[in-house]
Amino acid sequence: MSKDMSYQAVMARKNEIMKRAVGIDYSVFETGRISFDYERMMRETGYSLQEIQNIQSSVGVGNTPLIELKNLTKLVRKLAPKGKGARIFIKDEACNPSGSFKDRRASVSVYHAEKLGFKGVVAATSGNYGAAVASQAAMRNLKAIIVQECYDSRKIGQPEILEKQRKCECLGAETIQLSVGPELFYMFLRVLEETGYFNASLYSPFGIAGVETLGYEIAMQCREKIGKDPDVVIATHAGGGNVTGTARGLRKAGALDTKVYGASVDLSGLHMASDHDFNRKSFTTGHTGFGIPFATWPDRSDVPRSAARPLRYLDRYFTVKQGEVFYITEALAQLEGIERGPAGNTSLTAAFALAMEMDEDQVIVVQETEYTGVGKHHLSQLSFARKNGIDIRFGNPDEEVAGKNIILPEHPGLIKAREVDLNKLRRSYIKNCIEINKVESLTKEDIEFLAQDTKTDDDFVIEALKELGVKIE
Amino acid sequence: MMAKKGDWVQIHEVVLKPHERTANIPEDTKKVPLEMWVKGFLNHDAKIGDTVEITTLTGRIVKGELVEINPSYTYGFGDFVPEVLQIGITLRNILKEGDGRE
Repeated sequence: MSKDMSYQAVMARKNEIMKRAVGIDYSVFETGRISFDYERMMRETGYSLQEIQNIQSSVGVGNTPLIELKNLTKLVRKLAPKGKGARIFIKDEACNPSGSFKDRRASVSVYHAEKLGFKGVVAATSGNYGAAVASQAAMRNLKAIIVQECYDSRKIGQPEILEKQRKCECLGAETIQLSVGPELFYMFLRVLEETGYFNASLYSPFGIAGVETLGYEIAMQCREKIGKDPDVVIATHAGGGNVTGTARGLRKAGALDTKVYGASVDLSGLHMASDHDFNRKSFTTGHTGFGIPFATWPDRSDVPRSAARPLRYLDRYFTVKQGEVFYITEALAQLEGIERGPAGNTSLTAAFALAMEMDEDQVIVVQETEYTGVGKHHLSQLSFARKNGIDIRFGNPDEEVAGKNIILPEHPGLIKAREVDLNKLRRSYIKNCIEINKVESLTKEDIEFLAQDTKTDDDFVIEALKELGVKIE
Repeated sequence: MMAKKGDWVQIHEVVLKPHERTANIPEDTKKVPLEMWVKGFLNHDAKIGDTVEITTLTGRIVKGELVEINPSYTYGFGDFVPEVLQIGITLRNILKEGDGRE
C-alpha cells in the first residue's frame, strides 16, 4: 500500500521521520512541563571540542585567519570622539572550503551521518549551509540533497539564492527548488522519508557544536595577537546557531568576560512567507525575519529541540539597515582589499558603529565573512533591487523602509547599530513557551530552565509569568 | 523542442494547489500553488511541455512537466549601480584628511 503523501498526512508523520533521520530521541532530555536538559543534550549527542577540531582539520575546515581591519579602525577614529574607536578584527571564514563558517556546522553533521552509515544527507536551506553540506558530502562520498526556497510565483529568484543553487550543484549535490512558502518543510520531510538520508539540520547538537571551534579560535588568536581576550565578539544572527556556537566556544576557551553581541539586517515590515515580498528584500539571511522569530521561539526549527538558543548567550542585540551593510561591504573591499559577500558583513556593519562608542584600547571581533562572486555580491543584489522597483539613493539610513528603498549612508558617520530590547524578546519567548505548550502552571524546574534559556534569573521569569497569569507550583 | 532519453533537463511540478496549502500564510501566497523544479536525466524521449519522468543525481525518480533542456545559470551582476563607485572615493578622502596617509 502506498503512503498518503498529502500535506496533512506527511506532517502527521513528522516525529517518526525526524527520529530516524537525526538519530536522536529528544524525549529523553525532557524534564519539566516545558523544560529540557540542554547541556545534557549537547553532551550526550554531540562531540567534544577536541573531537570536533580533529574532524574539522581533517577536511580543511576552521583555523581561518583573524585579520585586523586597520583602515576601517582608522576611519572609525576619524569619526569618533577623542579616545574612542575600538580596534576591529575580522575572522575570515570565507577561507573555509565552501566559503563560509557553515562548513563548521556541516562538517560535524556529515561526519556523524557517515559514522551512522547513512548513504546521504538532506538539508533545507537557501543559504550558505547548502554549499557547506554539499562540499562536506563530496569529501566523504555521501550523496546530498538540498531543498531550497528559490523563486516567487513568476519563477523569479534573487541572484544570491540562484548563486547558492549553482554552488550546491557544482559541488555535486541534487537541489530541489521551491516557490515561496513554509511548506518547504513538508517537501523536506517527503525527501527524508523517500531517501532514508540523514537530516543534516542546522539546529541539531552537531550543527551547533561545530561552531564552538569558531569561538574557541577567536579567543586563542586574540591572546596570541593582542595578548588578551576580545572585549566584544559580534555575530550575525539569523537562526541562532552562529551566536550560540560562538558563545559556547568562547566559554570553553575561558573567555568569560568577552561580551557576545548579535546583529541582524532590519527587514521589519516584510513578510517572510509572502510571495510578493520575497524579491523585495535584498538579504536572504542574517535578517530580522529569522533573527526575531528564532530568538523568541527557537524550537520552530526542523528538529524537536533546537540546539541553537540565542537568548541563552546574547548580551546585546542590534539591527542595521540594508543600505548600511552594502556600504560597509564596499568599504571592506575598497579600504581593506577584502572582497566578501554582503550577508556575512551584517555584524561588521554593527561593529563599525559600535567601535565608535568603544574606547581606543578595546577590541571588537567580527566573527565571520562569507565568499562573494556573481550573484553573491552587493552589485548583483543592488542591481536586482533597482530592477524590482526599489529606490536606491544616498541619504540617511534611518529613513530606509525595507521593500521600498535602500539608503546608502551619505556619510559613514550615519551608520548606526540600533539596539533591540532583549528583555522584550525574553518576555516574548516566555509567552511563546506558555502558549505553544498550552500550559497553565509551571514547576520550579521550568522556571530555572527559562531563567537559563533567557540569560536572566528566577525573579525575571516569575515576573513575566505573573503578567501572563501563569501559576507556579 | 525535442529532448532525448538521457538528456539533462529540468522539470516543474505543482506540489500543493492553492487550496491544499497550509492555513498560516499571507493572502498573496495562499492564492498561488507551491511549485517545485528539479533537474535530472530524462528517462524517455519527450518535448518541452510533456509530462515526463527523470532520474535525479541521487537516483530518485521524479515526474513533472519538462521545462528546459540543459538548464543554464543566467543570473549576473546586472546593470551597473554607479552609486557604489562613490563609496570608496568618499572614504579614501576622509582617511586622507588630517594625517594625510603619507
